[in-house]
Amino acid sequence: MAFFSALIAGLLFGAGLLLSRMCDPQRVLGFLDVAGHWNPALAFTMGGAIAVAAPAFYFVRKRHADLLGVATELPDRFKITRALIGGSALFGIGWGLSGICPGPSLLLLTGGSIQSVVFAVGIVLGFFGQEWLSGKRASA
Amino acid sequence: MTTDLWRALLGGLLIGGGAATLLLLNGKIAGISGILDNAVHGEFGPKLWRLAFLIGLVVPAALFGLGPIVFAQGLPVLAVAGLLVGAGTRLGSGCTSGHGVCGIANLSVRSLLATLVFISTAALVVFLVRHGAA
Repeated sequence: MAFFSALIAGLLFGAGLLLSRMCDPQRVLGFLDVAGHWNPALAFTMGGAIAVAAPAFYFVRKRHADLLGVATELPDRFKITRALIGGSALFGIGWGLSGICPGPSLLLLTGGSIQSVVFAVGIVLGFFGQEWLSGKRASA
Repeated sequence: MTTDLWRALLGGLLIGGGAATLLLLNGKIAGISGILDNAVHGEFGPKLWRLAFLIGLVVPAALFGLGPIVFAQGLPVLAVAGLLVGAGTRLGSGCTSGHGVCGIANLSVRSLLATLVFISTAALVVFLVRHGAA
C-alpha cells in the first residue's frame, strides 16, 4: 500500500511538472526575469499546487495523523535560522543561474542530455558537500 | 486566460494532488530534495516509498517526452548551479516542492520565508545575468 500510494503520488507530481512545463528551464527563467518579458506561469502552477495541498495539510495538522490514522507530525513552522536563510539563498543562486530545481532536474534526466547529467551529479555532490562541511546530515 | 496559463494551473493542481496523496496516505512531505538526498544515501524508507515516489515522478516524462528543452548555460555553469542547488536545499532544508508548495500549504512561516528568499535571490541572479552591465 505505502509503495503504491507513493508511486501514485509521484506520478501525479511528475505529470503536473510535465503538463505545466516547469521542467523547461526557459519557462522558469521567464518567471524569474521580472525586468524582461515576464511569464507568470510559475505563479499559477505554484498557486494551484498550494490550493490543492492546503486542505490535506490542514487535516493532518489538526488530527496529528494521516488519512489511515497513522500518527504524523509535521515539521516546525516557525523556527527561523541562519541555515534556512543562507541555504535558501544559495539554492536561489543555483536556481537563477540554471532555471532548474530538484524535481525538474530528475525529469530532465529522461531526455538523456549531458547537461541534465552534469546538473544532477552537481546536486548529489552538493548534498554530500554540505553534509561534509556541516559534519552532519541535514534534516529531510 | 491563455491556454498556456491553463496548462500551468492544471499542472499545479496535479502537483498539489501528488503532494496531498503522499501526505494523506503515506504521512510524508513531498520535498524532492529531501527525498532524493535520502535515496542517494540508500535510505528508501518503509516499503521503499521514496523509491516509488521517484519512479512515479519521472515516468510521465519518460513516456510522453519532455518537449522542447533549452538549457540556459554551458556545462561548467550548470555544474556549479547543480552544486549550489544541492548544497543550498540541504542547508535550507527544502526546495521549491518542500518549502514552496508543501510548506506554504501547511501555513509555515519558515517555508514562506525560505520561498521568498530563494525566489528573490534567483530573480536577482537572472536580472544580473540578463540585464547586468557586465
